[in-house]
Amino acid sequence: MRDRSLSRRQFLKGTGALIVSFSFSRPASKALAQSKTPFGIEPDPKSLNSWLAIARDGSVTVFTSKVELGTGIETALAQIVAEELDVPFKRIKMDLGDTAKTVDQSSTTGSRTVESAGPQLRQAAAAARQALMNLASKPLGAPVERLTVEDGVVSVIGNPSKSISYAKLIGGKRFNVAISASGSGRQMKLAPEVRAKDPKQYKIVGASMPRMDLPPKVMGRFSYTQDVKVPGMLHGRVVRPPVVTSKPLSVDEDSVKQIPGIVKVVQEGSLVGVVAKTEWAAIQAAKALKVTWSEPATKLPANPDELYALLKNTKSLRDQVIAEKGNPAAALSQAGKTFEAIYHWPFQLHGMIGPSCAVADVRKDRVTIWTGTQGPFRTRKAIAELLGFPEENIRVIYAEGSGCYGRLSPDDVPEDAVVLSRAVGRPVRVQWMREDEHGWEPKGPAQLMLARAGVDAQGKVVAWDFTDRSFVRTAAEGIPLLASRQVGLKPKREGTANGTQGGGEVYAFENQKVGNALIPWMHPDETPLRTCNLRAPGQPARSFASESFMDEIASELKVDPVQFRLRYLTNKRATETLLAAAKKAQWQERPSPAPASSGSTAKGRGIALTHRTGTFVAIVAEVEVDKLSGNVRVNRITVAHDCGLIVNPNGVQAQIEGNAIQGVSRVLMEEVQFDSSGMKNVDWKSYPILTFPDVPDIEIVLLNRPEMRAQGAGEASLGPVPGAVANAIFDATGVRLREAPFTPSRVLAALKAVPA
Amino acid sequence: MARISLNVNGKTRVVNTDPGSMLLYVLRDDLGLKGAKFGCGLAQCGACTVIMDGKTIRSCSTPVSVAQNRNIITLEGIGSVARPHPLQKAFIEEQAGQCGYCLNGMIMAAKVLLDKTPNPTETEIKKALVANLCRCGSHPRIVRAVKRAATMKA
Ligand code: FES
Ligand code: FES
Repeated sequence: MRDRSLSRRQFLKGTGALIVSFSFSRPASKALAQSKTPFGIEPDPKSLNSWLAIARDGSVTVFTSKVELGTGIETALAQIVAEELDVPFKRIKMDLGDTAKTVDQSSTTGSRTVESAGPQLRQAAAAARQALMNLASKPLGAPVERLTVEDGVVSVIGNPSKSISYAKLIGGKRFNVAISASGSGRQMKLAPEVRAKDPKQYKIVGASMPRMDLPPKVMGRFSYTQDVKVPGMLHGRVVRPPVVTSKPLSVDEDSVKQIPGIVKVVQEGSLVGVVAKTEWAAIQAAKALKVTWSEPATKLPANPDELYALLKNTKSLRDQVIAEKGNPAAALSQAGKTFEAIYHWPFQLHGMIGPSCAVADVRKDRVTIWTGTQGPFRTRKAIAELLGFPEENIRVIYAEGSGCYGRLSPDDVPEDAVVLSRAVGRPVRVQWMREDEHGWEPKGPAQLMLARAGVDAQGKVVAWDFTDRSFVRTAAEGIPLLASRQVGLKPKREGTANGTQGGGEVYAFENQKVGNALIPWMHPDETPLRTCNLRAPGQPARSFASESFMDEIASELKVDPVQFRLRYLTNKRATETLLAAAKKAQWQERPSPAPASSGSTAKGRGIALTHRTGTFVAIVAEVEVDKLSGNVRVNRITVAHDCGLIVNPNGVQAQIEGNAIQGVSRVLMEEVQFDSSGMKNVDWKSYPILTFPDVPDIEIVLLNRPEMRAQGAGEASLGPVPGAVANAIFDATGVRLREAPFTPSRVLAALKAVPA
Repeated sequence: MARISLNVNGKTRVVNTDPGSMLLYVLRDDLGLKGAKFGCGLAQCGACTVIMDGKTIRSCSTPVSVAQNRNIITLEGIGSVARPHPLQKAFIEEQAGQCGYCLNGMIMAAKVLLDKTPNPTETEIKKALVANLCRCGSHPRIVRAVKRAATMKA
């Protein structure tokens, strides 16, 4: 930690919390030496160097293990640092997700990045600003209290001619500043003693700064994972079984011998792959390779009825209580009127537009990987286990892929690349084909929700009992991924919960229970159909059920859906969000359904409200139902959104638009279909998503709360979409849909089931 | 393997390749052009779109031999950082894109639309882009960007 050649100064008088020393004669990393790896020194969270560097030209590089997945966090984090450091936003450069250069701040998941990594980087920047002020004090001949900073230039208050830039002070040299750090990952507290700016002074945070990554992206100059090329690189493809849970019995290498450029057919355990000199040859070889596969070990539920029966009747691994108050069972038995409903939600895809891709270079003593993972350190750990290598000898370098919505939390493809690279002793790039991605991405799990409620004689809900029975996530942390399993690693856990929120806990009922049942899902096989977190995990389904159920009760009691919800809201932010959405959508107060319409189309509106980790969202959907075809068109989505302090309004809006569109797509169209041996929809034709003509108009009200800390905005607004759409369809037609997606055939069947 | 001569972004490029290889892999791997993307390889998503003789094609499903001696334009060929195409400028101004993986196809399809229909209606824009998939939900901004580009001069 110490370099004796340095003169040490203690900058934080009194507290002693910030010990700052500068060495310009030698790299600071030597002064703060940590464990050595083949890739240099492991960054230490207690060294400011691990977080920030200022170059000779005054540009500031921020090192973070958080990664840009398309949601704009790179820009938001850059804003936070620019603000705190008082440098122009344009001078910030982000170095993302390189395990050799960054401290593990945990994966980029759950829309928690701005909320957790934001304050960490803000404190690092505040510490750096303080250190720079201290450094400037001597040359400017004024105490720190008399100094101010603007655009990276420190000057004496009242005497702007006396100034010195950050670049002059430290440019090109590293900070040699120790800061305090405690805890790890998301919970890591960085330099809490350093006082950050008062949010009232914010100029860059809160402004719609343009995304840093967009110009190169629209010019075709951006390097995605898919664009990574390293010297000597070969191309690989994996050949996965045509159906889940089957194994290769024999592989006929001769079947690809004639393909020009073929290098090797690889088989390790039940993992089969090919390596070739060109990508085209690898694709051809993977297609041509003759493999005889075993009969699948496990059968899948052959149709939705079997699937939901499985969800309903399988004993849970474990039950979780999300909210519990009073005695719902007793209240239900005494209630004058009771309600009960079951809702179904299918398996769905993340559906990355660009499939998984990675490059791996496996050497004797080290491994380098380029990949689009959401968790570079998680990937590093998984690869270490797969290869039996120490983690320090593995470097994972993040390169952005296409938007992944949770899919690259379990990042499969680098493992394929590692196995193939080890087999040929060269760097290998593996890109999954479309059928690999559709077929083998871990899916968003199917869910079955049971809701019961009791209402007293005054029409008050006195009991609420909600259970989500969801398959667990089997591609969860600590469970080996596809290639690892195929080469013989065994899962040690059963899986984790598919999220918890959205079961009506946002409302205050006298007697209330919201719970989850974790249902096991085909786990022990080597190549199962896996599950993982899909944007706002489990919440679109739970919220679809709970918000539909709220409307079912309101409709029976003939109460307007907004008024009905207000009765049970105690949180001011929830109330304001709900009212803001209703106002923006010009909500007409009346019970649902709307008076019956005569023509062939019926129009309706529906509302839904959810809460997700500190963010409140209310959505009004306006739909048009074609009674002859069963086709539903969502014409408009109005969103009111409160995520605390807004760092970048335009960025938040983009996330909301994305969630609205993805939500409409998922609730109207998307369903993974099986027969007993495999998945049927492995391309975009058989798994269609929403396209331009069907995209709704989107209206957004942002409720900014500068006095609060920033909360997640990446996925909260997905939650209420399905419920709002379901309620709008009911409003239009008087028909209640309890199984998603609302495809024309399903809607038509429901319309026909009701006597006109 | 065969020597194939291509005209890409106004320059003649000769590659030694399997004539059955799809154009996309030649552009990306042999010519180092990364604008066109692999999305599906099935002509279903539009990520790989390039312009051939004034029309959009799916380079993932067009054999390189077919592209011989035709005029190919890729995203890199329509503008540069110093001289961006109006569509590129408009996409930045509208902040139209999240992950951006679909943007190559969106911009190339919009270019062909604007070349033929300089002042398209919103419906025409949506129709021109209907076969291009975006999973991030950047659609409203993309439509706005194309409209904005239509009002800009090259
Ligand atoms: S990659 Fe060519 S259309 Fe999808
Ligand atoms: S911006 Fe990500 S797919 Fe369109």
